[in-house]
Amino acid sequence: MPTTNPLAALFKRSPFKAMQEHMRCAVECARLVDPLFEALIAGNQVEVEAIKEKIYEAEDRADRIKNKLRINLPRSLFMPVDRRDLLEVLQMQDSIADTAQDIAGLLVERPMEVPESMKAPLRLLTARCIDACEQSAKVIEELDELLEMGFRGREATQVEAMVEELGQIEDEADELELQLTRILFQLEDEINPVSVMMWYRLIEWTGDLADYSKKVGNRLRLLIAR
Amino acid sequence: METLAEHGTILIILAVVFGLYMTWGIGANDVANAMGTSVGSGAITVKQAIIIAAIFEFAGAFLAGGHVTKTIRKGIIDPSSIVDAPEILVFGMLAALLAAAVWLMVASHKGWPVSTTHSIVGAVVGFAVAGIGVDAVNWGKIGQIVASWAVSPLLGGTIAFMLMISIRRLILNTDDPFQNAKKWGPVYVFMVGFIISLVTIFKGLKHLNIELSAGMSFVVAAIIGLGIAAAGWVLINKVKMDPEADRDFHFASVEKVFTPMMIFTACAMAFAHGSNDVANGIGPMAAVVSIVQSGGMVAQQSALPIWILVLGGIGIVVGLATMGYKVMQTIGTQITELTPSRGFCATLAAAATVVMASRTGLPVSTTHIAVGAVIGVGLARGIGAIDLRVIGGIVVSWVVTLPVGAFLSMLFFFMLKGIFG
Repeated sequence: MPTTNPLAALFKRSPFKAMQEHMRCAVECARLVDPLFEALIAGNQVEVEAIKEKIYEAEDRADRIKNKLRINLPRSLFMPVDRRDLLEVLQMQDSIADTAQDIAGLLVERPMEVPESMKAPLRLLTARCIDACEQSAKVIEELDELLEMGFRGREATQVEAMVEELGQIEDEADELELQLTRILFQLEDEINPVSVMMWYRLIEWTGDLADYSKKVGNRLRLLIAR
Repeated sequence: METLAEHGTILIILAVVFGLYMTWGIGANDVANAMGTSVGSGAITVKQAIIIAAIFEFAGAFLAGGHVTKTIRKGIIDPSSIVDAPEILVFGMLAALLAAAVWLMVASHKGWPVSTTHSIVGAVVGFAVAGIGVDAVNWGKIGQIVASWAVSPLLGGTIAFMLMISIRRLILNTDDPFQNAKKWGPVYVFMVGFIISLVTIFKGLKHLNIELSAGMSFVVAAIIGLGIAAAGWVLINKVKMDPEADRDFHFASVEKVFTPMMIFTACAMAFAHGSNDVANGIGPMAAVVSIVQSGGMVAQQSALPIWILVLGGIGIVVGLATMGYKVMQTIGTQITELTPSRGFCATLAAAATVVMASRTGLPVSTTHIAVGAVIGVGLARGIGAIDLRVIGGIVVSWVVTLPVGAFLSMLFFFMLKGIFG
């Protein structure tokens, strides 16, 4: 029997499951940034490369899910949320994975040393940024519940509160990023200028993990409000 | 007149064969659509769906199928101008049956989503225009029928939308959705039994010599509803909270409450389908039998013989058992995105709409109404992704099926006339 049965043809695969799968991959990438910096601090370049491979692999999985999801979202699809909003959430999720990939790529291409005074603040910043990613993933895991409730009511309020918390985590990450930047500023004369440049870039990218996480939450807010 | 006397038996046999073939086709294709939402949401297995369909399709045809049969048999055509040539009507009805059956066979082979209802209506009109004349068609009635094809999916969608909203208000968006689901579940099950039986009973059982007053109809429907609700209550109470599943998806247990509830909507849907679509096969068959047996009375005063209803029921069940089984399995695996709560809303809305149409004597498409109901749930932001291109396909199938059915029917009409006339 061909699948042109009108009732069967009516149902397309829900995009929300794929969104969650994609987010899980993105968070996997972000989580690996912590052991990555630990390996860097320990000066273990072999380990850095091993973790980079893992990040690249997870990012690749995320990319494949993303592409498949985009292909399967034709305009003729009727969804409970706006198609463009959904694609933007996806884009933000994907940026988390991409950012983790950029960090790993840089550390492999240009091995760096971590100045003693930067070690502790770097760990703090990384941890908080990963917290933000975890929180945004938690928000995305609520998509099935949101769908069950028609993106309204208690579930929507609860997600709203989670996004609020995500915002706070990101604020804290911002503050930590600023502190680390100040320390780097004081060290500018002591380290190689190119390394300084690279560090500014690394700090910014790490902060971006939290930044994109917050954007995932904010886009999701728009998605709910429609 | 002589034609009928001479070939009476063979004409009746032909009518029975064509009619059986048509109902077999309905059982093989249409029933799967009617049961698809129930199987797809995982509420019942394919095997259970077949048992339910066999019983309730038959019950629907028997208890509530007379009105639509009457429309197909004598509502579309005004035979007053051919009282002297009753064989024309006999050939015509045979031709219409054959045309609809052939077209359905071709279409389902090609995978085109055509409706049995549209095929048979197009075919009956086609032969009437060719064999009797344009004036012989009761265009007013056709207008009503065509309007109902557009209105009924909209109505199904609206009811489904409202059901979905009410389930959210009363059950999902509360402190304890699971307890509320258990509390309100039997009420919804009551509605299934009450609506279906009220529409059926209310001035609708004359063919069984049962005539109830309006008040009594309400009382009887309420009693039936309560009985069904009690059965639902027993099943719903067996549902236990599943904390393991709830951790992953908070509403997993709530959805489980809807699973036994869907057994009832599945029955209702099979009943509704039987009450409407069986007529597509047995309406023309009944017309032929009645004219031949009465010795050429085109007015068809006689009531629908019960054996014809039984035959229609048998055809459907055989169709189900031989091919419908597979179609149901295919559809079931394709619409797993429908959760039990959504499936419940869509199926109840569709069943109620179809039964109402049956009661009014309007031949409608169960499949299109089911599609409308699912879209209604989707409009309530209840389904992940719906492909609206299906609507386009349905409209195209309308536009194509009516003329093709009519044309084939004309062709077969002249063939039969040539052979027997």
